[in-house]
Amino acid sequence: MGVIFILLFVSLAIALLFLWAFLWSTKTGQFDDDISPGVRILFDEEKSKTNNN
Amino acid sequence: MVVMDEKTSVKLHCEHCGLECENDLIKLEEHSFCCEGCKLVYTLINETGLCNYYNLNEHPGINQRTSVRENKFSFLDDDSVESQIIGFRNNDFTQVVFYLPAIHCSSCLYLLENIHRFNKGIINLEIHFARKEAKIKYKHKEVGLREVAELLTRLGYEPHISLRDVAGAKPKTSKSLIYRLGIAGFCFGNIMMMSFPEYLGLHGSEKSMTGLFRTLNLLLAIPTFFYSATPFFTSAWSGLKNRFLNIDAPVSVAIIVTFGRSVYEVMAGVGGGFFDSMSGIIFFMLLGRVLQDKTYQHLEFDRDYTSYFPIAVTTIQKGEEVPVQVSALKKGDLVRIYNEEIIPVDGILSNGKAYIDYSFVTGESAVNRIETGEIIYAGGKQMGAAIDLLILKDVSQSYLTQLWKQTKVKSRTDQDQKSFVHYLSKYFSYLVFSISALAGIYWWIHNPANIFPAMTAVLIVACPCALLLSNSFSNGFIIRLLGYNKFFLKDALSIEFIAGIKHIVFDKTGTLTDTSHYKVHYEGSELTQPEKLRIAATARQSRHPLSKAVSDYLGIRQVPTIISFEEFPGQGTKSIFEGYEIKLGSEEFTGQMQNSDNRSRVCVVVNGEYKGKFYIENQYREHAEEVIAGLKKKYQLTVLSGDNDKDAASLKKVFGENSTIIFNQKPEDKLIYIKNGQKQKQTVMMVGDGLNDAGALMQSDVGIAISDTRNNFTPASDVILGAESFSKLPALLRLCADGKKIIIGSFILSILYNIVGVYFSVTAQLSPLVAAILMPASTFSIIIFTYTTSLVMARYRRLSTGAA
Repeated sequence: MGVIFILLFVSLAIALLFLWAFLWSTKTGQFDDDISPGVRILFDEEKSKTNNN
Repeated sequence: MVVMDEKTSVKLHCEHCGLECENDLIKLEEHSFCCEGCKLVYTLINETGLCNYYNLNEHPGINQRTSVRENKFSFLDDDSVESQIIGFRNNDFTQVVFYLPAIHCSSCLYLLENIHRFNKGIINLEIHFARKEAKIKYKHKEVGLREVAELLTRLGYEPHISLRDVAGAKPKTSKSLIYRLGIAGFCFGNIMMMSFPEYLGLHGSEKSMTGLFRTLNLLLAIPTFFYSATPFFTSAWSGLKNRFLNIDAPVSVAIIVTFGRSVYEVMAGVGGGFFDSMSGIIFFMLLGRVLQDKTYQHLEFDRDYTSYFPIAVTTIQKGEEVPVQVSALKKGDLVRIYNEEIIPVDGILSNGKAYIDYSFVTGESAVNRIETGEIIYAGGKQMGAAIDLLILKDVSQSYLTQLWKQTKVKSRTDQDQKSFVHYLSKYFSYLVFSISALAGIYWWIHNPANIFPAMTAVLIVACPCALLLSNSFSNGFIIRLLGYNKFFLKDALSIEFIAGIKHIVFDKTGTLTDTSHYKVHYEGSELTQPEKLRIAATARQSRHPLSKAVSDYLGIRQVPTIISFEEFPGQGTKSIFEGYEIKLGSEEFTGQMQNSDNRSRVCVVVNGEYKGKFYIENQYREHAEEVIAGLKKKYQLTVLSGDNDKDAASLKKVFGENSTIIFNQKPEDKLIYIKNGQKQKQTVMMVGDGLNDAGALMQSDVGIAISDTRNNFTPASDVILGAESFSKLPALLRLCADGKKIIIGSFILSILYNIVGVYFSVTAQLSPLVAAILMPASTFSIIIFTYTTSLVMARYRRLSTGAA
């Protein structure tokens, strides 16, 4: 019986963690712009000034 | 002497902007450029080592042929202006957000986000692509705001700074609905999980757990009820205060009854309650609302004149140029307006040659010549060298500003009350309350113990939530489908209004016609190639739109420069070239016989010999005739044109005998026409484009603004229609009308579930399990039904059903 108690609260705690993550990411505007983050990640860090083509 | 080079078969494209180069004179290493401006930007980018800009996309640059005036951003040196634009400042850095309309591709993102390599004073720059905004952090001790703006401009990304940036905070999109949705989703999921043990049955020692599960459910239901569901309660309450029963009222009653009964059951220990059904329906209703509140971040629907007006202008004080904020301009000030600048205030021309383009105000693209001492109205754009104006009125009292104030902003709450959903829900609610009452009376006679369970169960099961869901989901899907077809709605309510439209009023210029294209034809003796070249060269010299149309029509790209050239405003142009005297212009100017023909035309006279006439007509948009033919069967059509009646006959032919076509309409005439129509209980839609239609667009029940390029500024409206989708207009309007049928169809479908639910309810057999099956089943049917039918209707209307 005791194990159900533990599992119950562990599962709730995990769910709460995800809820917090969702609310936090919404609040900090991570869903605001759905275009630039995806493009930005593809840019190489510039190592040299020479053209690599 | 310039000889046309017939051999240049390989077309050169500008390395920077991709435009075809007129010649191959402007070169750097192996790259060609169309103009010095593009070459300069290329050099700048190349020196900084950001040439990846050109590798990411082909020709990503912004054409630099028209250069920006040197001191354009000098007003940013003014502390009071600067403080109104910047967002945040501390000792070390300043943060500012600029709107950069030129942002269009990943190269832009790459270049701009590396802007700190051009100027060490800039800490970083972050692009919000959808809004085309750049958030810039810079060390104000090392670099000024003006320098930042000028650097952006040099790279081709001129920030658009308008009076609106100062005048008011832009409305922020509220995220509270998303938070509510997130919390409702969390609670719904967990309550469902916790309800399973009870549904599946607990045995023996497990029975002691029942209380725990129920209490947890109750705890989880509390935030759903008191936080997530509040939009429904507040909407219902504000409706009731205005003596109006909207759909949220019966929905709120159902939520409150469900919550009350469930709390009672848990507290009294008689059952588990309906917390899962309640949180589920709240979650789905919020989801529908989020779906229906789709916003287009790159579009603005509520622009007023402040979005068009500059924030500051140059004034002349004691012979010196001083930038002054537009809001601080006083009567009697002398302002200097440069080429392509918008005049923010009514004034008298005191110096310079004014060629004012009022297309912003009137929709007409013709340039007006204004003499010294005459009045120039706010909203005009100077096309030529700088002019000086003596201010007559304050900005807030200018003609254009006044026009704006005449129209009230449409009140959406008033409009919302007209929605059929509320009426349907009212009758539906009466029905539900009667069934509930009848069930109560029945059990009062037969078994009083069942009165409470039966009556509440009816209210729980048969709430008009299904109608609300049908409405918001079908609106949400239709908004998206319309959006795929470049028909952008300000809000979901517009769908229903579009469906109810009886009368459509069109503006002519810029709406039915395409201002960037003219239809030109030539009548007269045939022109030889050298003659064409000479005419094109002469026409090219003039900035009159008719001259431009002629030179475009002749299609000669490379024209020699003419040394002897004279323009006679309002009459024509004259040039002497290769020993020929060429005169282009009106009959009077060229010495021809006047005739009563009122079409736009340009006469050609070479060495005193009459050659012929170019007739220039506004070209109608592609498929304009089909669009009108498609609409005239169903709607009453009117054309209001600010133009003269030269197109009367051709318009009448297209629009048919039953239509009304009125010419010489001033902006306020259009507004009054719409008002009069509405007084006769007509629902009127206005389709327009320029600021001259702004009043009418706001007054009409549905205002559609046509936008030629997406960056273009459109006046305040309910719908923004991309010009490329103009041909789809009848189909789009029909899809909006289909929306209502889809809502009703989906509602009927959900009533079938309700009938099953009501059977269980009146017989006092409604268990939480039955409710927990019925609720999601009916919700998913609604979602699937509205999604598929709207998709099928869009396909049937031959509209595109995916993002382009």
